[in-house]
Amino acid sequence: MSTQVSLEERFQARIDAEQKIEPKDWMPEAYRKTLIRQISQHAHSEVVGMLPEGNWITRAPSLRRKVALLAKIQDEAGHGLYLYSAAETLGISREELYNELLSGKAKYSSIFNYPTLTWADMGAVGWLVDGAAIMNQVALCKCSYGPYARAMVRVCKEESFHQRQGFELLLTLSKGTPEQRAMAQDAINRWWWPSMMMFGPNDSDSPHSAQSMRWKIKRYSNDTLRQKFVDMIAEQIKVLNMTLPDPDLRWNEERGHYDFGAIDWTEFNEVLKGNGPCNRERLAARRKAWEEGAWVREAAMAHAAKRQQSV
Amino acid sequence: MANHSEFPLWEVFIRSHGGLNHKHVGSLHAADAQMALEHARDVYTRRMEGVSIWVVPSTAITASDPADTDPFFEPARDKIYRHPTFYDIPEGLKHM
Amino acid sequence: MRDFLLLLADNTQILGHRLGEWCGHGPELEIDMAMTNLALDLIGQSRNYYQYAAELEGAGRTEDDLAYLRDAREFRNCLLVEQPNGDFAHTVARNFLFDSWHYFFLQALCQSNDERLAAIAGKSLKEVTYHLRWSSEWVIRLGDGTEESHSRIQDAFDNLWTFRGELLTPAPFETEAASAGYGVDLHAIRPLVEDRLSDILAQATLQRPEDGWMQSGGKTGRHSEHLGYILAEMQYVQRAYPNSVW
Ligand SMILES: [Fe+2]
Ligand SMILES: [Fe+2]
Repeated sequence: MSTQVSLEERFQARIDAEQKIEPKDWMPEAYRKTLIRQISQHAHSEVVGMLPEGNWITRAPSLRRKVALLAKIQDEAGHGLYLYSAAETLGISREELYNELLSGKAKYSSIFNYPTLTWADMGAVGWLVDGAAIMNQVALCKCSYGPYARAMVRVCKEESFHQRQGFELLLTLSKGTPEQRAMAQDAINRWWWPSMMMFGPNDSDSPHSAQSMRWKIKRYSNDTLRQKFVDMIAEQIKVLNMTLPDPDLRWNEERGHYDFGAIDWTEFNEVLKGNGPCNRERLAARRKAWEEGAWVREAAMAHAAKRQQSV
Repeated sequence: MANHSEFPLWEVFIRSHGGLNHKHVGSLHAADAQMALEHARDVYTRRMEGVSIWVVPSTAITASDPADTDPFFEPARDKIYRHPTFYDIPEGLKHM
Repeated sequence: MRDFLLLLADNTQILGHRLGEWCGHGPELEIDMAMTNLALDLIGQSRNYYQYAAELEGAGRTEDDLAYLRDAREFRNCLLVEQPNGDFAHTVARNFLFDSWHYFFLQALCQSNDERLAAIAGKSLKEVTYHLRWSSEWVIRLGDGTEESHSRIQDAFDNLWTFRGELLTPAPFETEAASAGYGVDLHAIRPLVEDRLSDILAQATLQRPEDGWMQSGGKTGRHSEHLGYILAEMQYVQRAYPNSVW
C-alpha cells in the first residue's frame, strides 16, 4: 500500500515537473483507462468525421476543391490512425477499439451526427468544426502522455490547412451570387451551435475535468477553450460579412472577451444518446466498411503467411 | 469478430531530405513487410517528409526499461570532459 | 489533339472520381489512405490535360468548364474506368487492367513530339509506376490469399475483361495522334501490356480469361449507363448554380 502511494506520488511529481510519461513507465490504472477512453474517442471522431465530408467528394464543384477536400479527408484518416496507434501503446489493440466503436459502446464527437446538406457545409465544417477541433488539439500537444502528445503535434501540423480551406471556401461563396451567400449563411447557422458544443459541457457540469487537469491530459477547461473559439470566430466572421446565429453575441470590453448566449444542451444530450439525425447512418457506414473489409484483411494475412513459408 | 485478420503493428522510421538519421515517426498496421513499406509511404510521406523508409515489426523492438534510467543514463551526466566547452582556450584562437 | 487530350483527361478524371468514392469506406485505414493517394494523383493528372486542352482551345474556358460542363456523349474516357467500384476485388482488378496499360502508354508518351505532353507524361509516369505496383501486389495478394479472395478477384477479372480491349484499340483520333508523332502507337505497346498481365495473373494463380468480344465506344462518346450517374453527381452544383465561382 505504501509503495503504491509513493509510486503515485512520484508519478504525479513527474507530471508536475512537465516530464512526459512513456508507455513502459509505471502509471496509475485510472490514468491508463482515462487515456484509452480519451484517445480512442478522439480517434473514432477523426474516422467517423470522414463521413459527413466524404458525402461531398463526388459533388465538389471544381477540380481544385475536389483535390483539397479529398486531401483533407485523407488527413483525417491519418489522424485516426496516429491516435489509434497512440492508444495501442497503452495495451489495447486497434481491433478492440473498433469493436467498441462499432458496438456503440464507445463515443465519438457528436458533431459528426449532423448531416452535410449543401456545398457550403464543406466550408462551415472546415472553418468551424476543424477550428474548434484545433483549439483542443493545440492544447493537447503538451499533454503528459508522450505518444499522445507526439501524435497531436503531427495532427496539428496537418490541420493547419483544414481550417484555411474551409474559410477560403466560404469567402468565395460570400463574394458570389445571392444564392451562394445564402447557402453560406445557412451553413454557418446550422453548424455554429453544434461546434460550440464540441468543447463539452460547461466546467461546472464536467465530472472528469479536475482529475484530467491534474494529470495534464487536459490542459485547459472546456469553457476556457470555448471562449477562445468564440473570440476567434467572432472576429473572422466579419471578413465574411456574415453573422453568427446568436443574438447575445457582443464584445465585452470589461472582460476582454465576447459574451455569447446560453447553449441549449437538450439537443446535445439527445444527439449524445444516439438520437441525432445521422447517428445510425454513421455507425452503419463504419460497420459496413469494416465487415466488408474482413475478407480483404484475411486474404492479405493468408498471403503474408504463404510468403513467409516460401522464404 | 475474428482476430486472425488483424494486421500486425509496425514502427516506421523516416530519413528526411536533409540527410539526417532515420527518425521514428509513428506506427501502422500491415500484413507483411512489403505492405508496411507501402503503407508507410502512403501514410507518412504525403508531405515530402522523407527519402528513405525503414519499417520494423513492433514486436522486434527491445526497449530500455524505465527502471534502468539511473544506471543507464545518469553516469554520463558528470563526464563533462567529453564536451568541448570543458576546455579553456585563449580568446583570440580561431577555428577550434 | 483536343480529342486525344480529352481522352487522357477523362480517363484519369473518371477513374480518380471512382477511387474518391472509396474515401472513408476502405477495408482498413491504411488502405483507405492509399486509395485516396491514387485518386489525388489521377485527378491531378487530369487537371494537367484539361488545362492544356483549354489553353489550346483559346476560347477562355477553364479546366472546370471541360470537366463540369460537357455531357456524357462528349466524354472520351474508356468504358473500363467508369465501371462501378463493386467490391474491393473489382476495384483492384479494374485498376490493375488500367494501370498495366497506363504505365506502358505513358512510357511511350514520354517520347511525344509535343513537349508539354511529354512533360506531363513524365511526371505522371512516376505516379503510375507506383499505381501499377500497388494494384499488381493486391492482385497477387487476393489471388493467392484465401479461397474467398481468389474467387472474388477471379470473378472481377471475368467481369471486367470485356472492357480491356478498348484500351488497346485506337480511336481514329488516336491513330492520327500516333502518326503525327504526339500520340502513342497502341500496337507497339500491346505486347508489353500483355506480358505484364500474364505475368501478374500467373503469380496470383489466376486464370487469364478468354479474349472474347470486347466492348468499345467510350472513346467516341458511346458510354455505359454508369457515366451519366457519375456526371449527374459530379456536375450537379455547377449545373444547379450556373455562372458561379466556387
Ligand atoms: Fe483531424
Ligand atoms: Fe481536420
